[in-house]
Amino acid sequence: MTSMFRTTLRTCALMLAFAVPARAEIAIETVTSPGGITAWLVEDHNIPFTALEIRFRGGTSLDDPAKRGAVNLMTALIEEGTGELDSVEFARARDSLAASYSFGADEDTISVSARFLTENREQAVDLLRRALTEPAFDQPSLDRVRGQVLANIRADAKDQSAIAGKALRAMAFGDHPYATSGDGTEASVQALTRDDIVTAHTAALARDRIFVAASGDITAEELGPMLDTLLGGLPQTGAPLPERAPMDLAGGVTIVPFPGPQATIVFGHQGITRDDPDFFAASILNEILGGGRFSARLMSEVREKRGLTYGIGSYLVGYDQAEMVLGQFSSANGTVAQAIDVVREEWRKIADEGVTPEELAATKTYLTGSYPLRFDGNGPIASILVGMQMIGLTSDYPKTRNAKVDAVTMEDVKRVAARLFRADDLRFVVVGAPEDLVADQ
Amino acid sequence: MIRHAFAIGLLLASPSLADEVTSFVLPNGLEVVVIEDHRAPVVTQMMWYRVGAADETPGNSGIAHFLEHLMFKGTDTLAPGEFSATVEAQGGNDNAFTSWDYTAYFQRIAADRLDLMMTMEADRMRNLVLPEEDVLTERAVIVEERKSRTDSSPGALLSEQMRAAQFLNHPYGIPIIGWKHEIVELSRQDALDFYGLYYAPNNAILVVAGDVTPDAVRAMAEAHYGPLKPSEGITPRVRPSEPPQIAERRLTYRDARVSQAYMIRSYIAPERDPGDQAKAAALTILAELLGGSGTTSLFAQALQFGDAPVAVYSSASYDGTALDDTTFSVVAAPLPGVSLEDAEAGLDRVIATFLETGPDPDDFARIKIQIKAAQIYARDNVDGLARTYGEALTTGLSITDVQDWPSVLDAVTPEEVVAAAREVLDRSRAVTGYLVPEDEGVAQ
Repeated sequence: MTSMFRTTLRTCALMLAFAVPARAEIAIETVTSPGGITAWLVEDHNIPFTALEIRFRGGTSLDDPAKRGAVNLMTALIEEGTGELDSVEFARARDSLAASYSFGADEDTISVSARFLTENREQAVDLLRRALTEPAFDQPSLDRVRGQVLANIRADAKDQSAIAGKALRAMAFGDHPYATSGDGTEASVQALTRDDIVTAHTAALARDRIFVAASGDITAEELGPMLDTLLGGLPQTGAPLPERAPMDLAGGVTIVPFPGPQATIVFGHQGITRDDPDFFAASILNEILGGGRFSARLMSEVREKRGLTYGIGSYLVGYDQAEMVLGQFSSANGTVAQAIDVVREEWRKIADEGVTPEELAATKTYLTGSYPLRFDGNGPIASILVGMQMIGLTSDYPKTRNAKVDAVTMEDVKRVAARLFRADDLRFVVVGAPEDLVADQ
Repeated sequence: MIRHAFAIGLLLASPSLADEVTSFVLPNGLEVVVIEDHRAPVVTQMMWYRVGAADETPGNSGIAHFLEHLMFKGTDTLAPGEFSATVEAQGGNDNAFTSWDYTAYFQRIAADRLDLMMTMEADRMRNLVLPEEDVLTERAVIVEERKSRTDSSPGALLSEQMRAAQFLNHPYGIPIIGWKHEIVELSRQDALDFYGLYYAPNNAILVVAGDVTPDAVRAMAEAHYGPLKPSEGITPRVRPSEPPQIAERRLTYRDARVSQAYMIRSYIAPERDPGDQAKAAALTILAELLGGSGTTSLFAQALQFGDAPVAVYSSASYDGTALDDTTFSVVAAPLPGVSLEDAEAGLDRVIATFLETGPDPDDFARIKIQIKAAQIYARDNVDGLARTYGEALTTGLSITDVQDWPSVLDAVTPEEVVAAAREVLDRSRAVTGYLVPEDEGVAQ
């Protein structure tokens, strides 16, 4: 029972006088295998295991529109057997090695997360290789896992947050794959065949879109050949990546009726690209307005001063082919309209007036001070490193990132606030039974 | 079947964690545990109080959790919200959580800021100030929290009803967040009374984990926590105990928001006791064997695989870290067209067979390997270790119990697992709940 959110803004000038760690002290090596696969590595031999993170760009957006859900179901089937090993034999083999592999798919990425002990690394990597390159995709597994995916789809159909997100994406993204759920629909998933799964595998797991990071008890000399063993058997090229998505959202309120005491609200509009020169200013602004910390303006206004919600936040969301500013909260049906008014007002206020020098200074201190704290284990480090590669950062980024945050000026944030936050463009999707709230569509 | 293809022997010679854990007690009764991890310049301070929702007086449900929120409202020297704002200005994060047996507060921050964190945590242990206005606004927040977590979730509502049915007399039957009709009546004075009695050094455990040395932590702890006065009112934590359960309890909850029907059964089960963790260890392994894996466990194999599967999901779970008797749970979610009764009958058949045949030796060996390896992986997450110690020490266990736990698990025999299963998996000492969509009939 965690109280996730709290509190009001109160800058303490005295405390700001403390020095803050300037940068993350991690040494990233770039390793290129004999076969030409590149990975980032942080060696740490304190604990005898390795965390390995692999990403394939494309994800569920690579689905043939007539086969929606194929990439998602394929990804869920990677751990269901390989060659002569069926699902159960594969799981027993993995567990006997005390290795763990997990596989996931989202709209842009297929992710593979592996942990294995140093003492049986070769066997653990070989078993993972067999799963990735020679998956069985046998019919009994396909039918069983299909049943699990269908259960998820039916659960989302009665989940307020999922309903809200689905409605917003449908309005935003036109004909692009982002407009629909990568899980597919009950009908599309029911219709998927083994051939569809095999096709999705060939399309999505290819070497021309691969990103790798490792952290832990492994050297560069060991990692290089391991990458060739693990990934060398994958096809060289996969399916074409999706194109830019449209942004068709327009300001207003949408209501999706749903029973219960509380409504869930998702809201958003166009965002900002990761390589925009103003991205750091935008990040600081979003942190001040709707960040996860307790002193953010939305938390202060909607929760602390008025008690209208348990938690509210906003986010700069970067897909590969689209950007949004998104926010979410829940509120009693009787107070939704008031809460939406407060959000709109805060949106206007930051766009018109920017932020105070104290807010800017405190947020910079927070962002720069908290950054090194993320790199606190093999698992988190490997995950951060692979994510950096996917958004096009260089391996010296952890050393330069805080200087970029510190370089943002009051003029920058004022200019960017006026550009980024547009209250009239906000689309609110309300899933519930809100009182005194009028929908425009 | 080539199941043995990869089953090689693991050496798993992991250095003992005990080398990195130090503990001491201040004269005012504050216990201190230091867990060293020098890989990153980060520290986590956790203050654990030996008080939780199960220590509330009747009629005041939710006060432990409400006070947890109010602990961020300020002291004689800190304004409301200043605690978190100060942590954030230092680049750190802070939060808190409440359970039946404990309430804990933590900050995660650069290691050289520990002294400041201790200054503030010591301050709010004894000097909390609660303006009436802030109390009322925060009460509205926890009402919204209850709506989000419980009232909007059919599964959470069923779980709440099941606990109430499981524990007729023990306060584990009352939800941590509280019953709504009691939350809305909680007052500033209720919070201050609870605070004054329980928030004191002799009722707390400080866990510091990360890039610190025990000597430095001791010096700081003596300076900041040393001067705090102990509470006179701390008494042994004896809660009302359960009468013997003599009849099976069953309930059905219908809700239009349910998409996937499922059945869940919770059996009353013993918890880990200091110096006596063998039965809890056997139950931990039993849960793994029955339902720890969606592929290889006995439930998954019987209900989700084969020619005529009946379930889309199944599992078994047990967490023995509690002050008093806890629960062992099993779950099955039927496939479309399969009734809850048939899914439940499937679970019962697996249990009956297991009681006759005992564990498969290969399954048993594999789980032992994974338990050993888990100790290695656990060292990657020092915050997780801090939490492990805090939970154990606030539920009556000792540091030795925590450090013995892996070897106690390793020593469990198949016979002990079967004996524990026979004792616990008795439907006359269980609550069985059905969660069904409102429009769907259910046979009685």
